[in-house]
Amino acid sequence: MDFELSEKAIDFRSQVKKFIENNLTSEIISNMHKTGTFNDKSFNEALASEGLLAGAVPGYGDRDPVELYLLFNELEKAGAPYDGLAVTMLVAGIINAVGTEFHHEEILKKLLTGKHNCCLGYSEPDYGSDVASITTKAEKVGDKWIINGQKMWTTMAHESDWVLLLTRTNSEVPKHKGMTMFMVPMATPGIEIQPVPTMASERTNATFYDNVEVEDQWRLGEVDDGWSVMGIALALERGVMGGTNPAVPLLKHVLNWAETTPSKNESLMINNTLMRERIARTAIINQVGQLLTLRAAWIAATGGMPGVEGSMAKIYASEEYQKVVGWFQQMAGAEGLLSFGAEDAAASGWIDYDARHAPVTTIYGGTSEINRNNIAERHLGLPRSR
Amino acid sequence: MSADQEAIKDVFSSFFVEQTGPESARNSMPLGFDVKAWKRISETGAPGMGVSPPAGGGASLSDLVIVAEEAGSQIAPLPIVDHVVASRVLEKLDLLEEEVLTGTLVAGLVVRPVENGVAKSVPTGAIANRLIALNEDKLLLITEDPPNESLPNHGDLPIAHREIKNANVIAEGTEATEIFDRALNEWKTLISAFLVGITRSSIEMTVDYVKDRHQFGKPIGSFQSVQHGLADLPGLCDGARLLVNKAAWSGDREMSGEIKLTDNEISDFATLASMSLVFAGETSLQATDRGLHYHGGYGFSEEYDIQLFYRRARAWSQILNSPSEECLHLADLLLKDSED
Repeated sequence: MDFELSEKAIDFRSQVKKFIENNLTSEIISNMHKTGTFNDKSFNEALASEGLLAGAVPGYGDRDPVELYLLFNELEKAGAPYDGLAVTMLVAGIINAVGTEFHHEEILKKLLTGKHNCCLGYSEPDYGSDVASITTKAEKVGDKWIINGQKMWTTMAHESDWVLLLTRTNSEVPKHKGMTMFMVPMATPGIEIQPVPTMASERTNATFYDNVEVEDQWRLGEVDDGWSVMGIALALERGVMGGTNPAVPLLKHVLNWAETTPSKNESLMINNTLMRERIARTAIINQVGQLLTLRAAWIAATGGMPGVEGSMAKIYASEEYQKVVGWFQQMAGAEGLLSFGAEDAAASGWIDYDARHAPVTTIYGGTSEINRNNIAERHLGLPRSR
Repeated sequence: MSADQEAIKDVFSSFFVEQTGPESARNSMPLGFDVKAWKRISETGAPGMGVSPPAGGGASLSDLVIVAEEAGSQIAPLPIVDHVVASRVLEKLDLLEEEVLTGTLVAGLVVRPVENGVAKSVPTGAIANRLIALNEDKLLLITEDPPNESLPNHGDLPIAHREIKNANVIAEGTEATEIFDRALNEWKTLISAFLVGITRSSIEMTVDYVKDRHQFGKPIGSFQSVQHGLADLPGLCDGARLLVNKAAWSGDREMSGEIKLTDNEISDFATLASMSLVFAGETSLQATDRGLHYHGGYGFSEEYDIQLFYRRARAWSQILNSPSEECLHLADLLLKDSED
């Protein structure tokens, strides 16, 4: 792996940085926290019209694929709304890998305009980590599919034009071999969205599918081969598309706070010995998170599937983030509990926000336990334990 | 890794496996130095590989971290890291003796500042014929036969206190501190690579053990609690190696690097070397700690190798500094721009 980015990648990064400087307003950031929707279509559209989105699709076009990592890393570091975009570009990557010409024309091209979003329909109320047991059923009737069931954690469903939907199409075979993936247009009659509020500001959803009728052209991958499509999705998702440097914006907010806040014994918090040790440790965590992510991106860039490496980056970054948030929230004492807008809130409320947000990071996108299973089996060669 | 570096890795991997390894570590106790293996490695020219090409060397820091990791993976009781770093300093000051270049004489670094005329707990103190030390703003070269007797210690290292006598001042003022800082950063980087080697081998031997050891009629490696304790480690090991490689890359560059803390863009050598030591150190503690634990009672017994790795991880990760102290040094580097 090269620590020196290519000139092209450096150019791309400065383009992204410049874009963020010119387009990411404090209104966009406060609005995303107010609404709980970490997606901003006009921001996405502006990104697309600058030509920055095409490089964010794994394997698409002629851009250096490390740019995917750079785009999301810069957005994450700046605290920009990128959750919706990450899912959308992930789906674009899947379509690029296994989609038909129809999918390219009807979906991928539109996704690249920044005007459209997708959401992921894998989890169900009764099946999360055990996703291969899902029961949402797709039945072939004539030349159409009829879908019935319920999905959980369909974040961005209310912003989306399509849901990447994992369905059961065959109950007669082992469960991994009886699933099929669809790109279901959200406008199809029979789909209902219910918001699920969370302890952080993020909004997610439950979605319901009642006799939803779709044509076969919306099927992605072969019938009963949805598990392979999932495999591609997971390898693309983990590690590369943001989420591995969450303590970078946190550290920025904490530094601003520590440089201006008196401490009990020293003049300012920034001179407190324990604070300084923890700042140094956080800086190490941020570097390692970046390097593990860059490696996963590098593997993807050279034609590999960084499944295990993505798991490593994901476990590391999310668990260390939780540790870091815990350190700084405790160091801030009572003011570390105060939220956005509250007088005297430590780091203007960011510490409270990050402490609320951090717990979900070891859960979504594959729990730490699922990722550990992945590493134990596929990297260490230990026997399957389930 | 370039093709040349792959070749370096293969050559040194074979050397350390064949000529050192845990047996050599056991047999060289209590001194902590395998004289025979040192002679053999000297025959390959390795002690001089870190100096410039005209002097017979030519290895970059990025090459040397590969050697150091392979040495660490076999806990080689050889002063290769210290010797290479010290000989680079000696060459810079035009003081490189032929005997040091060939490894006939062992050179080392007094990694901590000298206090009251004594260099305490020097990593190669028991065996080094030449020692580089910083005494306030004077760089010293100590030319003296070593005691060949080490202080009994946790990691079976050739540690000894050395009085500062028979010492010449070889540089002064900012030149002295700059040369010493550079050497110490190289030492941190290479010791971190040695620690990555310790981590890597500890993971490998523990994974082998849990596949083999049966309880309740199954390999203990089939239990999820054991699997998950182990599954944390390869990511940490790889993260440490990436950080060490990045430190070496920045150390090899002609230009000076940057520290952009709030943007997480860091290419400054001193900063990355310090980060490497803290992270590779703590990663090695965790890997050897879990490794020993999953060996059960056997891990605690002298017979099994994991305890050798466990003790060396602790020794190398704190022989310079407590990790908290190193973090405070790192914080000074990271925050220097934001201070008034």
